[in-house]
Amino acid sequence: MPEQPGKNAIEVRGVRKVFGTGENQVAALDTVSVSIRENEFFTLLGPSGCGKTTLLRLIAGFDFPTAGEILLHGQDIAPLPPYKRPVNTVFQSYALFPHMTVAQNIGFGLEMLGKPKAEIEARVAQMLKLVKMEALKARRTSQISGGQQQRVALARALAPQPKVLLLDEPLSALDYKLRKEMQIELKRLQNETGITFIFVTHDQEEALTMSDRIAVMSAGKILQVGTPRDIYDRPAERFVADFIGETNFLPGTVVSKQAGVATVKFASSATISAGYPEGFNPTGEVTLVVRPEHADLVPDPAKGTITGTLSNIVYFGTDTHYHVKLDGGGENFIVRHQNSRSRAVTYETGAKVGIQFEEDAARVLKD
Amino acid sequence: MTTATLSPTTLSKAALFEAQAVKTSARRNRLLSLPALIIIGIFGVLPLIIICVYSFLVAAPYGGVQWQFSTDAYLNFLFQRDIFDDTLQFTPDFLIIYLRSFLFAVVTTIICLLLGFPTAYFMATRPPAQRNWWVLLITIPFWSNLLVRTLAIMFIIRDEGLINNALLALGVIDKPITMLYTNFAIQLGLLYAFLPFMVLPLYSSLEKLDFRLVEAAYDLYATRRQVLWRVIIPLSKPGIIAGCLLVFIPALGAYVTPLILGGGVHLMIGDLIAQQFGSGRNWPLGCAQALILMAAVLVALFFYVRNTSGKVQHG
Repeated sequence: MPEQPGKNAIEVRGVRKVFGTGENQVAALDTVSVSIRENEFFTLLGPSGCGKTTLLRLIAGFDFPTAGEILLHGQDIAPLPPYKRPVNTVFQSYALFPHMTVAQNIGFGLEMLGKPKAEIEARVAQMLKLVKMEALKARRTSQISGGQQQRVALARALAPQPKVLLLDEPLSALDYKLRKEMQIELKRLQNETGITFIFVTHDQEEALTMSDRIAVMSAGKILQVGTPRDIYDRPAERFVADFIGETNFLPGTVVSKQAGVATVKFASSATISAGYPEGFNPTGEVTLVVRPEHADLVPDPAKGTITGTLSNIVYFGTDTHYHVKLDGGGENFIVRHQNSRSRAVTYETGAKVGIQFEEDAARVLKD
Repeated sequence: MTTATLSPTTLSKAALFEAQAVKTSARRNRLLSLPALIIIGIFGVLPLIIICVYSFLVAAPYGGVQWQFSTDAYLNFLFQRDIFDDTLQFTPDFLIIYLRSFLFAVVTTIICLLLGFPTAYFMATRPPAQRNWWVLLITIPFWSNLLVRTLAIMFIIRDEGLINNALLALGVIDKPITMLYTNFAIQLGLLYAFLPFMVLPLYSSLEKLDFRLVEAAYDLYATRRQVLWRVIIPLSKPGIIAGCLLVFIPALGAYVTPLILGGGVHLMIGDLIAQQFGSGRNWPLGCAQALILMAAVLVALFFYVRNTSGKVQHG
């Protein structure tokens, strides 16, 4: 994707990070390059140990890259210590200073920058209002709840008006309801402040709902960068499809290809057209991915593209998952139905069913 | 209903039983502290009472006391009674020894803190597996007696000692530097004896320090120096306070070190008090001196703790 050079807040160029020495060397980041635009809510998403926190720490300056450059508005900041980077971090553990009050915590960064007292006070008051913590400004950080600590950590990191705000799984310690609230709160703060947010999470749902763009990481590499819709609908690799949302994998054989669309034959000799990512040339035995909501059940097996036996029905409130044991064998195929009142057909486990696919439902992916 | 079977009497009986159980467990807990209380009583409170009583008695000619009330011991601390006309004359001799001891103790505490803090910080920032080895190294001096170690210092710093011989052999000096039986020798001995008492509480405080807070401070534009003064030192204050107390109080009452390394010329409070029970044969004076020392330490402690805990609050 061509990028305009001046518009990037952060540019990571060929960054490698190796921990340990000799035989114990571990490459936490393996030559990663990514551009993060100004005012963007950018998410680094991946399982634990994928290198997302390492990348964040390199941008913050807590670690230094083994190789490569990190540009902030075009200037290489990789060799600078953290206190010389206009970048602030919201820590997973919040890391609030226990010997200071809420207001002192928020004002700490400005104080260290040597701002005049009046300016600090005004800014702290503004921040307290922004995160709705005015009433508790004189409290010790040990005397406030986890959600409130989270808000103080945010206010503290935003107070010095950083060019980029780094968030290291900041919501992971909160309970479900509070997390939902803070997700909305974070989006609001990002809109109001206009600061570039780089958000690290392993929670794919969080990433999809909050981000402008997502980078999916695995084993020290960035596998795909794109909007949530791109990542979900057009995953570039099997890992991405598997990690984000629920996915069905189906084996098949490529029969023919034309303009980015392959015709794939199932064992049952039924065929389906499936798109594939640019720069990938699928041949022979391939794996198709199909999202559970892009497939449908039909009571008459003869009408389905593929057929199987219903092995399990799982009710989720908003929708129902049907697990189908395919006739050709292999993994269970999952079909998701939204639970609308108008659905006429009810299914029972053990029934023979057919599965139909929506148009563009299937994609061929690199393993 | 099942609750109907629980009549008010059974309920109150259950409550009573529970209350009794709580009471007996509380009594049992109090019993557990009894041995400690007995030891404190016999070896702590009782001697203190005896010292207190003795300080208001008259010295017997060959040691011991005569059972006759007198405040002479306290008067003698600052004044001397003229043998002929019984008038009191101000003599600051004891006061000077007290002040000098305070000075020694303060200098010892400050230097121990300055040396101990980086040491403890170094230990606390090692990988966890290494830390216990460092603690072990710090405690090695305790494996031998303080008297033996002090004598060893004597052999190192005396005129024909290790340092002077080495310097003479190297031609740096042409006659030995006198170090033994000087204030320097006492100071060196005190530092050596008390440094571990500073390092260990500092270490235990720094080891608990959440170094993510240090990262957070760096992230918020604090330089190394600011991180030290605004985060690390305030958060290790409990260790600093404990270390200072553990060094200052025993340093003030040090006996062996000034006796051996000061050669009896440069007295400290401990030696002075010991003298009253030995060659001085003035037990009431010794008791009074000991109590005055204790009072002075308590007053100093009061102000020290009040000031330092205040600073913690202001961050």
